[in-house]
Amino acid sequence: MGIRFVLLVNKQGQTRLAQYYEYLTLDERRALEGEIVRKCLARTEHQCSFVEHRNYKVVYRRYASLFFLVGVDNDENELAILEFIHLLVETMDRHFGNVCELDIMFHLEKAHFMLEEMVMNGCIVETNKQNILAPIQLMDKAS
Amino acid sequence: MAGSSSSPGLVDTLLQRSLDDLIKALRSHPAGEPSIISRALEEIRREIRSTDPDTKSVALQKLTYLSSLHSIDMSWASFHAVELLPSTSLSLKRLAYLAASLSFHPSSDLLLLTTNQLRKDLSPSSPSPILSLALEFLSVAASPDLARDLTPEIHSLLSSPKPPIRAKAAAAALRVFTRCPDSVRIAFKRLVDNLDPSSDPRVISSAVGVFCELSASDPKPFLPLAPEFYRLLVNSKNNWVLIKVLKLFARLAPLEPRLANRIVDPICEHLRRSNAKSLVLECIHTVAVSLADYDHAVRLAVDKMREFLSCDDDPNLRYLGLHALSMLGPRHSWAVEENKQVIIKSLNDPDPNIRREALHLIMGMLFDSNVVEISMLLVSFASKLTPNPEFCNEILGAVLLACGRNVYELVMDFDWYVTLLGEMARNPHCAKGEEIERQLVDIGLRVKDARSELVRVVRDLLIDPALLGNPSIHRILSASAWVSGEYVEFSRNPLEVLEALLQPRTNLLPTSVRAVYMQAVFKVLTFCFCSYLESLDDGQILSSLGNTISGDGCQEESDAATVRFVTNDNTMVGSVDDDGATDCMPGSLMGSVKLNGPFTHESILYMLNLIETSLAPLSECGEVEVQDRSRGILCLIHMLREFQVLNCNEEALRKDCRVIEIANLMTGVFSQELGPISASAQKRVSVPDGLILKDNLADLTAVLGEEVEVSGSVTTSFFHRNHHHVETGDESKTSTESTSLLSEHRKRHELYYLPAEKDEIQSNDYPPANDPQLPVSQGGASEDLVEFTDQPFLSRQTKPTKPRPVVVKLDDGDVQHNSAPRPTVDLKDDLLSGAVRDVLFGNEDKPKQSQMRSSKSQRRKKDPLTSVESASHLKESVNFVHVEHGSSSSKSSRRHSHSTEKQSSPGGSMDKEERSHKNSMNSHHHHRKNKHRQREDVLSNLVPHTPVIQDFLL
Repeated sequence: MGIRFVLLVNKQGQTRLAQYYEYLTLDERRALEGEIVRKCLARTEHQCSFVEHRNYKVVYRRYASLFFLVGVDNDENELAILEFIHLLVETMDRHFGNVCELDIMFHLEKAHFMLEEMVMNGCIVETNKQNILAPIQLMDKAS
Repeated sequence: MAGSSSSPGLVDTLLQRSLDDLIKALRSHPAGEPSIISRALEEIRREIRSTDPDTKSVALQKLTYLSSLHSIDMSWASFHAVELLPSTSLSLKRLAYLAASLSFHPSSDLLLLTTNQLRKDLSPSSPSPILSLALEFLSVAASPDLARDLTPEIHSLLSSPKPPIRAKAAAAALRVFTRCPDSVRIAFKRLVDNLDPSSDPRVISSAVGVFCELSASDPKPFLPLAPEFYRLLVNSKNNWVLIKVLKLFARLAPLEPRLANRIVDPICEHLRRSNAKSLVLECIHTVAVSLADYDHAVRLAVDKMREFLSCDDDPNLRYLGLHALSMLGPRHSWAVEENKQVIIKSLNDPDPNIRREALHLIMGMLFDSNVVEISMLLVSFASKLTPNPEFCNEILGAVLLACGRNVYELVMDFDWYVTLLGEMARNPHCAKGEEIERQLVDIGLRVKDARSELVRVVRDLLIDPALLGNPSIHRILSASAWVSGEYVEFSRNPLEVLEALLQPRTNLLPTSVRAVYMQAVFKVLTFCFCSYLESLDDGQILSSLGNTISGDGCQEESDAATVRFVTNDNTMVGSVDDDGATDCMPGSLMGSVKLNGPFTHESILYMLNLIETSLAPLSECGEVEVQDRSRGILCLIHMLREFQVLNCNEEALRKDCRVIEIANLMTGVFSQELGPISASAQKRVSVPDGLILKDNLADLTAVLGEEVEVSGSVTTSFFHRNHHHVETGDESKTSTESTSLLSEHRKRHELYYLPAEKDEIQSNDYPPANDPQLPVSQGGASEDLVEFTDQPFLSRQTKPTKPRPVVVKLDDGDVQHNSAPRPTVDLKDDLLSGAVRDVLFGNEDKPKQSQMRSSKSQRRKKDPLTSVESASHLKESVNFVHVEHGSSSSKSSRRHSHSTEKQSSPGGSMDKEERSHKNSMNSHHHHRKNKHRQREDVLSNLVPHTPVIQDFLL
């Protein structure tokens, strides 16, 4: 499985979105999130965006006050994952317009749906922003 | 909590808090989160029972939020999620699926309840949003049962006319395949069809990703798909797809040598032309892993790596460049050599990951030719890393590990290495005390030639009072004390060592280390005293030329015994000729002592006084180890002092045979050389007949009565190679007494003893590394020692000419086998790849009829490079697939494929020409396979297990 999990964490280390593509118990998740967040948030911008943790490689990137962390298999292409993170951010930005932490907090479902459109079972299935947002726009119109 | 048991009333429904309310509440009271959450949970538990779907859904929504962001368990609510699944409203359904996927445990029984709903939602007639919801849920939560039951649905959706649905079906198929390997037989070919260049790019992207995942554990069954992947490699413009294809080739190429030859050019092309760093990186990886034989490709990749490395402003690229370099491995060490500057510079990078990668890279390039240079560089670098103790220790650890690997395989010059260990110990941040301690002792035991340098190095450590203040190197000091005691005969100035061991600051040491110090004091004292006596004897022998020895039979006797004792044991003391020609004594013992002058009567007395004053306070120490040892030594000194002669003069002392006896005893205690023993030595002791090791020993006391004794512990790591064979005087009496007791005990309880001598010899004896050369090498060792005494101490320049000293190695159980066990493919993977193999290799007989019709002209059109033709197929979409595969799949899938065909026929109203064309394309595909099969039949005698790969690639 390429992508194992996607986490959005703010500067204070609070989780804002968590999507796992393999089953972990709640305790495992809590421990994993705690450790990874501690590791990544301690790093400066002069340091690279890749952290190895247990059997994962975590690729992360900071946008304003939000950290996007993606856990991948060890042989996954780091730069491709960085591009994926950027795509995710751009997509959110297009939908919310100047996306910020609050948007994601109050529209967690939508963020989940975007992610679901982009990644399934750890595989990236959609990389076109228009295509990713189409179903959400459809839903917005319906409601 | 009475309210929670009843269903929610109207008021609850009306006053229900929305998710936004909850979030706001959480935000406004960050400190009171737990209480807010628990209150919210209470509400949710009530609301979720509501019959009103809206109330229920809001409750579920809140729960989902709390579950995913605050790690609240929501497995109890999974049934409510299932309840909402049949909802007709898209948003409710969406929420239900989301909640279900977040709350389901993979082995949850509730999953079975969703089967029918999923089947309904997965029917090709459902609207796209619902289809994709169901597929997404399936890809996250499918259990083996669910996967099995829904395989037909996935099979038909894999050829859905809507590209997004097909892409998602492919991703869901991954989950279905891994959970239920049998489904591969049904739906795999459909998935393969989605690789067709005419498919929608998303479908291809998703399918390639799925193949990439499937092939991770066992790529072999996927070899027949190489042509499809090759086509993508050459034609695809999508970086994501290319990256995945490259990953696939990196796995496949090592399995099929012809493949590498074929892909090397396109990969170089991508390397040269692509602007996307991610693609370039993937190409580099592929070259490093699978194309290391192709020099021009490696050259190109290394150039790109250098570009990465030179990106000063981008730590990511620098890190990846280093990582890629280390993937190239020692085979292309020139690449590392070229970038040496950058790598060394990276050791000082602000990013610990980059530093670690650089270190890893350097350690990977360590050979016996450069180990000296690099290790010294690293260790001196580490000593400058004052602000960063963590990395400093990583460096030390890496050097220790690399040099110590496989019993110091890389180390040619142990004198140098021992000095390096000393240097590491002096690093103020050194936290590798344990490993250095182990290696110091280990080298002492294994490498005879290194001992004199070792003693010199540890002397420097012991003598430095500043080091005693650093708790992290106490373990090293402990090893140093042991070494200086055990190999005191190499010491140039034992008195100095003794003073170091007794210096006042030793009270900073933990008691376990102090105990080692004291034992070392004991050894040094013994050595000094005995060599003093021996030097007296020398004098006597020399003077005996003139003087007649007054009939001192007793002394004569024991003198001879001493000498013989030393000779027979062949310890490092060196051998003394029986005729007393001590002058020819090889080894540094006498040489070094003579160098500093022999011990004088005064120096011995000084020693005794020093020990007495330093140890006297410790005889009351609370720690048993320390107290025990200090008392032991003090008793010995008291005993020595009792001989009045000691205080009179040398002449009298020499004549006192009791002193000589004691000296003999003392040397006897420590003269045996310690050697390493195999970890499996215990195992090699054969179990005697009649001994049942697994016997229950609960009744042991009953069997033995009162006499249960704890015999010597098995855990000691060092023990005497030979047994004492000096028994004189009172000592012999007591010892025979005890032996008789022992043998009596043994006679009574034969059962619990190991068989005598034979096995002991077997377990004790350890074959050195070069077994047959043992006698020779020992002679060589002593020769070296002679040489060594002639040479100045620091003669590193001449070292390379010196052969590598013998390092004692045990045949087994010595070196830890670090090689990780081969990753065992678990049963499920095995089933999966078996199924894939069946599909791709086995089922080729069925579509034979159509092959006859294929013609060569059409075949050429399929060539990947003539993409004009394949591009024209873009519109004719999927509908073909069943023409070919309907026949090859199982009944159920046939049913579904027909239905799909009906379904999709309006969309797929293609004209007959196209159909036949495509048909023949598909069949031509098989024709190729078939042709290859025929050829293989011919070849099968020569190459029994060549993987099937189509000629296309050759």
